[in-house]
Amino acid sequence: MRQEAVLASQIALEANNISVVLGGVKVLDVPSLQVFQNEVLVVIGPNGSGKTTLLLTMAGLLKPASGTILYQGQAANSRAEMLSLHRRLAVAFQDPLLLSSTVWDNVTLGLRLRGVDKEEIKTRATKWLERFGIGALAGRQAKTLSGGEAKRTSLARAFALQPDILFLDEAFNGLDSHSRESIIENFQSVLRETRVTTIMVTHDTTEALALADKIIVLMGGQIRQIGTCGEVFSDPVDKEVAAFVGVENIIDGSVESNESGIITVKVGSDSVEAVSNYSRGEKVSLLIRPEEITLAVSRASSSARNSFGGAISRVLSLGALTRIEIDCGFPLVVLVTKRSAEEMNLDKGRQVYASFKATGVHVIKR
Amino acid sequence: METILEGIKEAFLLLIHGDRQVVQVAVLSLLVSGLATILSLLVGIPLGVVLALNRFPGRQPLVSLINTGMGSPPVVVGLIVSIFLWRSGPLGLLQLMYTPSAMVIAQFIIAFPLVAGFTLATVQQLDPKLRLQIISLGASRFQMVWLLLKEARLPLLAAIMAGFGAVISEVGASMMVGGNITGQTRVMTTAIVAEVSRGDFALAIAFSVVLMILVYLVNLILTIIQQRTKAR
Repeated sequence: MRQEAVLASQIALEANNISVVLGGVKVLDVPSLQVFQNEVLVVIGPNGSGKTTLLLTMAGLLKPASGTILYQGQAANSRAEMLSLHRRLAVAFQDPLLLSSTVWDNVTLGLRLRGVDKEEIKTRATKWLERFGIGALAGRQAKTLSGGEAKRTSLARAFALQPDILFLDEAFNGLDSHSRESIIENFQSVLRETRVTTIMVTHDTTEALALADKIIVLMGGQIRQIGTCGEVFSDPVDKEVAAFVGVENIIDGSVESNESGIITVKVGSDSVEAVSNYSRGEKVSLLIRPEEITLAVSRASSSARNSFGGAISRVLSLGALTRIEIDCGFPLVVLVTKRSAEEMNLDKGRQVYASFKATGVHVIKR
Repeated sequence: METILEGIKEAFLLLIHGDRQVVQVAVLSLLVSGLATILSLLVGIPLGVVLALNRFPGRQPLVSLINTGMGSPPVVVGLIVSIFLWRSGPLGLLQLMYTPSAMVIAQFIIAFPLVAGFTLATVQQLDPKLRLQIISLGASRFQMVWLLLKEARLPLLAAIMAGFGAVISEVGASMMVGGNITGQTRVMTTAIVAEVSRGDFALAIAFSVVLMILVYLVNLILTIIQQRTKAR
């Protein structure tokens, strides 16, 4: 009994039998979904899969045709209840959606609407503008900001609200790769620090891997898979999910050394080299796309920094491509063309050598 | 040719000396059209907002009705108002016919569809997600509408200009429900018509000049506000 009570209090949001109908078509059908306190839940899926609809519904901005949503066990039905619910949440969209006014006015708007004390507004707005590196822009007109600055303003505005749950809808989309990376990094560190319960939507699997505690794969308005990054990316439930996530190899290890941007990562008894800036001792996940790996039947010398020998444990034909799993101390999934597989006689049990470049490894912090 | 030159010369003399009749007519024009514009804003803006943000049965015909109203001929509006205000009409007891109040009513009916139509278009043009963003920031319904209107303030100024411009320059309705009574319901447009038909071109030109200057000044002020807000 007591344990159940503790568990219930850890649930930030619980949705049951949610369905959303738009223009006579059922666009979302979610029988059950729980989001725990301090959890970062990332919803991924192709365009038109209902991600944004799911997010808007969870954020109380779209009324579902049926179903219930409980926020810390409480439903919000009447207009007054909805208002007080919105005043406990925060949402940031793909467009920063700033009002034609100064950055300061934008960041403080939600706080003013929520009737937060004046001194407190000043403290919080100052803190979050600084935290997102835009303290100097407080007096600027929002409409004159660059894309990256506007995005930072929108994030500062959301965090200043200190919400119970933070909702992000493709919030890092539409930026050039440089500012995108720096904003995601900034966001990641803020997220670690605040540990705010977050539900975010993205079509970018790398973003999901970098930020998620838990991933939901949404397709055709239905949840296909819920799980950790490892579960979803290395063990997709079906072909469609596998095709969407790109069947990643995810290998956990810890950084052994870093020599001018080339790190050596200890994975079991093996070492993998990768291009990254993480320093010694940091725990990382190595992501290697199956198409980045080449196979050879004998150990040949090549410019690839990584080469591992192992036996083929599984062969699966996918039409023009063949998916091969190798056990080389750690499991590795490789995609080769059907013709190569036939010519090299890549059958189960055969000893092969897998190699991939240090630049073919994507490193994320665990 | 001589008549025109003579007329312009006399017109400027009337203006320079601040002719009492000219001033009185100009002031009444401003009062009637200003009041009608303010009333049309009070009704038209909320109506436009409601139509922009809600979907309900009967909305479509209502929007079409407003769009029709945006182009309704002032003479027809004058006729309808006359029918209602006529001594034997449904509102005849109010004895408003041939008073400035009747003119305000007629001009209000001309202006408010313009204001409502412009407001509707303006609010609908805002990103639909902006509304969700404002709600998610914790705005009540009233606060949300206020913030949306504030966001659309520049195009809304165009609505005010359109409304005022339409009523200060209309003549048909004012003539019908006001009657162009000297010293009581004579406004600049009706005065111009009357003076021209009497052959007094000088007075007609004087009124025209004042009318143009007035319209120009009002639009100048609104444009300055609009441009300054944009530049900030």
